Amino acid sequence: MSEVKFSKEHEWINLEGDIATIGITKHATEMLGDIVFAELPEKGSNVEKDGTAGVVESTKAASDVYTPVSGEVVDTNQAIVDDPSKINQDPENSAWFFKLKIKDPSEMDTLMNKDDYDKFAKETSV
Amino acid sequence: MEIKKTSLNKLHQDNNAKFVEFAGYEMPIQYSKGIIEEHKFTRSHSGIFDVSHMGQLFIYGDEGLTEELEKIFPLDLKNLKINSSKYSFLMNDDAGIYDDLIITKIEEGFLIILNAACKDKDFEILSNLLENKFKMNLEKNRSLIAIQGPESVKILNSIINGVDQLKFMTGNWFDTDNQKLFVTRSGYTGEDGFEISISNDKVEKFVENLIEKGAQLIGLGARDTLRLEAGLCLYGHELDINKTPVEANLRWAISKSRLSNGGFIGSKKIMKQMQNGASQIRVGIKPEGRLIAREKTKIFDDTDTQIGEITSGTFGPSVNGPIAMGYIDKEFSKIDTKILLEVRGKKYSAYVCELPFYKKNYVKGVN
Repeated sequence: MSEVKFSKEHEWINLEGDIATIGITKHATEMLGDIVFAELPEKGSNVEKDGTAGVVESTKAASDVYTPVSGEVVDTNQAIVDDPSKINQDPENSAWFFKLKIKDPSEMDTLMNKDDYDKFAKETSV
Repeated sequence: MEIKKTSLNKLHQDNNAKFVEFAGYEMPIQYSKGIIEEHKFTRSHSGIFDVSHMGQLFIYGDEGLTEELEKIFPLDLKNLKINSSKYSFLMNDDAGIYDDLIITKIEEGFLIILNAACKDKDFEILSNLLENKFKMNLEKNRSLIAIQGPESVKILNSIINGVDQLKFMTGNWFDTDNQKLFVTRSGYTGEDGFEISISNDKVEKFVENLIEKGAQLIGLGARDTLRLEAGLCLYGHELDINKTPVEANLRWAISKSRLSNGGFIGSKKIMKQMQNGASQIRVGIKPEGRLIAREKTKIFDDTDTQIGEITSGTFGPSVNGPIAMGYIDKEFSKIDTKILLEVRGKKYSAYVCELPFYKKNYVKGVN
């Protein structure tokens, strides 16, 4: 059983067992425009909930990527670093950013489900 | 202050433009296809740019006006042919740049294209310098459209017959559809193209016609990546009141015949810098890898001493990599000099490179 949740910073998180896969939402990529650069956290490093865990840059501007939960980085997606346009093409699937071994499953409860996120995204987009 | 709109605002909306405020105007930053596709379409086909926010300043007069303008601009305006254009600057006494501009000699006097953010101030400065002796009109009834890219000549010529005969940096009046259009062969993308001055009530129909013939609307986002690849300066970034044309590496725009005697505003400083060189100069910079170094990124040498700053930086879609321009201490300005860029607290390798990043396709002439 996997559980998909969303953050106010427009990240998605898919939890399977104690491994969470994290990326940015389609809505985020639409706001950013063409993504041309991605920087990911180092494998083995620890990240704290709501802390910076990467950077994406579009032709227009740079944006931080935050982690919606705390944990140890167990894998990163080198494919999106080599070809950042993949993030625009398939943001919520193959263009994931990093995987965490999570510390505290209860942090998932602070996040939104799909319906709530869609509503939130609609309200916050101009 | 209420945001201003150009006469094409509705057409932009109908084409799903994303808008930004630019110099007090609501302008399209991109349309649905996005900056990279718009950029590439311009390089391979033909892009239409609404640049109606820019100033179209007509100054009316004869030899007396030419003489007065030579006291202002570093140009040989007496020998400039009617309908020929030059890139130039409005400067202060220290050769600091108020604005960069394109000036065209026309039958009635001169037409000067000014940056949107500077045009009102430019008008004031020029009115004062010319002591209100000449009629000046910062046109409000005309829009300005640029069409850029290799297919532009064919597309535009099918609507305005004869524009294919224009040489680069020349213009002329054309009669089309019972109206007078002023068309110049110029632009700011590194591509062959034209700029068209057309009355506000006709511009929408005109642009729709261009779209029907195969051109596409392009936003300011791609305009920025295109001009940066072409190594062209953008006012407020590469150019401002604290920079001189020599520092900006724009010596080529100063007429040689004006350098021996000076007599234009800022000439003393310019002549001095031409002789001794400037302490900092604008260069092209290529970060290694995919790193993007934005405006205000600090440039360092390998001893941790700051030696300059980035003024524009982005991803170049046609170059397929990151590109930037910036000012750097003279001794580091040689091509291939290794430098370091500080981005998000870390230093990354980069090197000074030749401009433009993307080779130009201007049509020089049609003999």
